[in-house]
Formats: sequence, C-alpha cells, structure tokens
Amino acid sequence: MVDLGVPPGFGLGWLEASGPHADIVLSTRVRLARNLQGHAFGPRHRRNEAEKVFEQVRDAVARTATLEGGAMLDLAALPALSRRVLLERHLISREMAGENGDAPPRGAALYMDAHERVGMMVNEEDHLRLQALLSGLRLEEAFHLVDKLDEELGAHLAYAYHHEFGYLTSCPTNVGTGLRASIFVHLPGLVLTKEIGRVLQGIGQVGLTFRGLYGEGSEVVGNFFQISNQTTLGKSEEDLIEHLQNIVSRVIQHEMQARAVLMRDAPTVIEDKIWRAYGLLRYARSLTFDEVMNLLSGVRLGVSMKLLPGLSVYTLNKIMINAQSAHLEQAAGRTLTETESDLHRAAYVRRILAAEGEVPTSDGDSAAEGA
Amino acid sequence: MLCDHCGENEAVIHLTQIVDNRMSTYHLCEKCAEEKGLEPGINAGTFPLSDFLAQMGKGVGAEGGAAVGACAFCGLRLEDFKKTGRLGCPHCYVTFEVHLRGLLRRLHGSTQHVGKVYLPPDPTHAQRLQRLSGLRRKLDQAVANEDFERAAELRDQIRALEAAS
Repeated sequence: MVDLGVPPGFGLGWLEASGPHADIVLSTRVRLARNLQGHAFGPRHRRNEAEKVFEQVRDAVARTATLEGGAMLDLAALPALSRRVLLERHLISREMAGENGDAPPRGAALYMDAHERVGMMVNEEDHLRLQALLSGLRLEEAFHLVDKLDEELGAHLAYAYHHEFGYLTSCPTNVGTGLRASIFVHLPGLVLTKEIGRVLQGIGQVGLTFRGLYGEGSEVVGNFFQISNQTTLGKSEEDLIEHLQNIVSRVIQHEMQARAVLMRDAPTVIEDKIWRAYGLLRYARSLTFDEVMNLLSGVRLGVSMKLLPGLSVYTLNKIMINAQSAHLEQAAGRTLTETESDLHRAAYVRRILAAEGEVPTSDGDSAAEGA
Repeated sequence: MLCDHCGENEAVIHLTQIVDNRMSTYHLCEKCAEEKGLEPGINAGTFPLSDFLAQMGKGVGAEGGAAVGACAFCGLRLEDFKKTGRLGCPHCYVTFEVHLRGLLRRLHGSTQHVGKVYLPPDPTHAQRLQRLSGLRRKLDQAVANEDFERAAELRDQIRALEAAS
C-alpha cells in the first residue's frame, strides 16, 4: 500500500466512456454503508475513536485481495487543494473534503484498488462507505465489485448488524442494505421537450430520487441528473439494483424518443443550439463552470446524435472534470480568483478542443437549402 | 372512485407499480392498503426525514416516550436524534427501537432487512444458519431471474458455508 498525493488521473477511469450508453449515462456508482461494532458513529466519536476505527480497517484491508496494490490517501495529510480535487472527482464527500477551511474528519482516508474501480471512504458519517464507480450503465458489475470487497472486509471486521434492521448506519435513511446506487445521466432531450418534469415525478413515485451534479441538495446544471434508490430497507440488494436498472432503461428510452421528436420537428433549431455551444466553447475567452456545463450539454447532445463528427465523449467527460476550479488551480500551481478561474477555464477548454482538430461542418446542408 | 380490492370503500391510495417494464395502477381504500402492507406516503421525496422526526414519539404515549432515556453506549438522547437526524452508535437502534420502527416503516415501507445476511468473523452456529437461509433466498431469486452466473457464485458460497458448518 503506497501513500501518495493525488496523481493526475487518479480515480478517473470512468471518464473513458467505455460503458454501455456512455453518451447518455456518464457513470454508475454503487456504495455500501458499513459500521463497526463497539464504536460510535462518526459524528459522535470519542477521543481517538476515529483513529482506532481506521487502524482496524487498515488491518482488515491488508488481508483483502481486492485492495492489494491499491492506494490509500490519508486525507488529513493532504493539502486542502488536493482534497477539493478528490471532491470534484466525486471520490470523497464534502464532509471528507473539509470544505470551508474545516479540517477533514479525524482518521479520514480514501482507499482505491489498483484498477481504480472500487474503493472506500473511511470515517465519513459511517465508518465505511464502500464505493464502485464505472463508466456507463453497469449497475450489476458495480454492485458485484463492492459486494466482493464487502465480503472480504466483513470476514475480518465485526460490522454493526441487527437481525431485523440489517446493516446499521448513522442515518436511518441508509439502514438495511446500506446500498445506494446512482446513475449519472444526461437528459437534454427531455428538458427541451419539457417532458422532464413528468419523468422526474414518475421517478419519485417508484421509490427513486434524483439529485444534481454533486449529490444531495445540489443544483441541476447542464441537464445532468443523478438518479438513485431512495429506500434501502425491505428489499434485497439485487431487487434494488434491478429496479433502478429497469427505470433508468425506461428513462433512456424516453430520452431517445424525445431526441427523435426534436430532430423531426425542429432539426435546424437543434443543430443551431449544438453548433453555437461548440462555437462558444471553442472560442470564448472567459467561461464560468455553470456555463461550461450548459454548453457541454449542447455539445454532448451533438456528439451523441452524430451531428458533431470527430469529437469524443471522452473529451467532453475530461472537460467536465478538469474545468472545475480546484482542477484549474492544481494545473496553474496557485490559487485563482474567480475572474482568473474563468479565464483559465476558457483557455483550457479552447486548448483541449483545438487538440481534437477541426470538427467538419456540413455547410450548405439541406435544411438551409430547403428554407 | 371505489377500491379495486374490496369494491366497497372509497379509494384513497393510488399505487403505481412497475413490474417487468409494465406499469399498472391500483386504487385502494385505506383498509385494503393496510392489509397489503402499504402505507400512505411511502413515495420517495414527499416525506422528508425532518417531518418524520418532528412526529416521532408523539403517538407512543407517556410510558413509552418518557421511559427511553439516553443511549447507554454513546449518551445520545431522542431529542438529539430529532435535531440531527443521525443516530449516535449501533446501540441506539436497540435503545430507540420502538420509536425507530415506525420511522423506518415510513421511510422505507418496511422494517425487515431482507438483503444480505452478515456473517461475522467468528460466527455462531445460528449465524451460519441465518446466512445460509439468506444465501438460499438469493439463489432462488437469481434462478428466477435466469442470472445463472450469479446463481453459480451463490451455490459455491452455500457449499463452502455448509462444508464449514
């Protein structure tokens, strides 16, 4: 086990966009919440309790195959900027990052396997948050990864478990399976056709919930949504996963239908939106992050609908992560003011898109001629 | 609208279910819904945790509400839980069991864990048996879903555990 800073591509394997439906589904995440017997939960830890929890976990990790040769980041030992980078990569929570200048929780650590597919947070609200993060819609695979790690750790750690309530967690909304599966999905078609309200309402009626980019309480930006299971008790892990899989598959179908309707009824408007978004990203001199996300949404739609040939989803995913403020500061090697950040962001986006080469335009197309 | 089940009372609960990608809607009266184990408001997002917490303990009565003091392990009081929505330690689930059961039913629609059965590092015979029955339940489900890869894994786990017992 090596103790390092945050390597450049750490935990970003899912950006490759290699999974099923990767143009619409950015990522699949499955996490399991676990706690150790005989210790208070994170928020009520007593003196040195977090350190004791960490030591027990570290000893158990040394005996697991899944995490062999992987990485362990001691969050307290990392500079604040590195923790913000990890947060922007969705590898740790806001609490773990110690935002607003707070120190991270005591004994807080992040584990990641050598393939950077599965790992865990230690000493979050729960002692353990096992998590798998994969590209595209791959719920079963992600579940099997965390389940295997859970089996390995559970063989050495005495988990807090109740015969009726299942795995015990700090917050009763996580008790039972401790399983939260989230699909990070891009739904511009449903937003443009104004069907999204009905879809989200439907999601709420079938025991699922949706959130914005950074999880609970965060805003929806750039038509990106996180859909996840709301309940964790009373259903088996397999049922929770299967239910989410079924509903997300239906949402994807709806999204595809909405896109087909848009291309049938308003092809020139859609093409114009997509090319304007690309033009702004390609040439703008100052961009806020929200603006980048909204423009990326248009470009992503174009790539997905084969209207912007030559651009890859991988490139768009990279921009989404690297155009965040902590990533820009890390690249610049210094703190950036908001104005500077917007300039750096635009410069980064221009550079990446320029490196991709010219996107062939289809000038003099039929729509213009027919008008 | 009358209840789909008894056809007598006014339907007050409208349930949309999706099974095998087919959506069906049921309209049930309160009595039939209760018999089927449904409660109003299991819908996600419509009943935030804070609302539940504010209601907690109110229906329990003087003896139930007053008898529960602080958690013997971590010192958490029911009031603390109502404020933060977080329990203090695993023992809290035993201390506040009576209060939690109602809350969990409302949050999750159930209080009974039916997922993975945990097998601790040095399991007792009873724990092994519970785990075995949990694995067999999962095996049946995997076979029913024609997920034979998963079924094979589960069968191996069952055999290993049976051999160890």
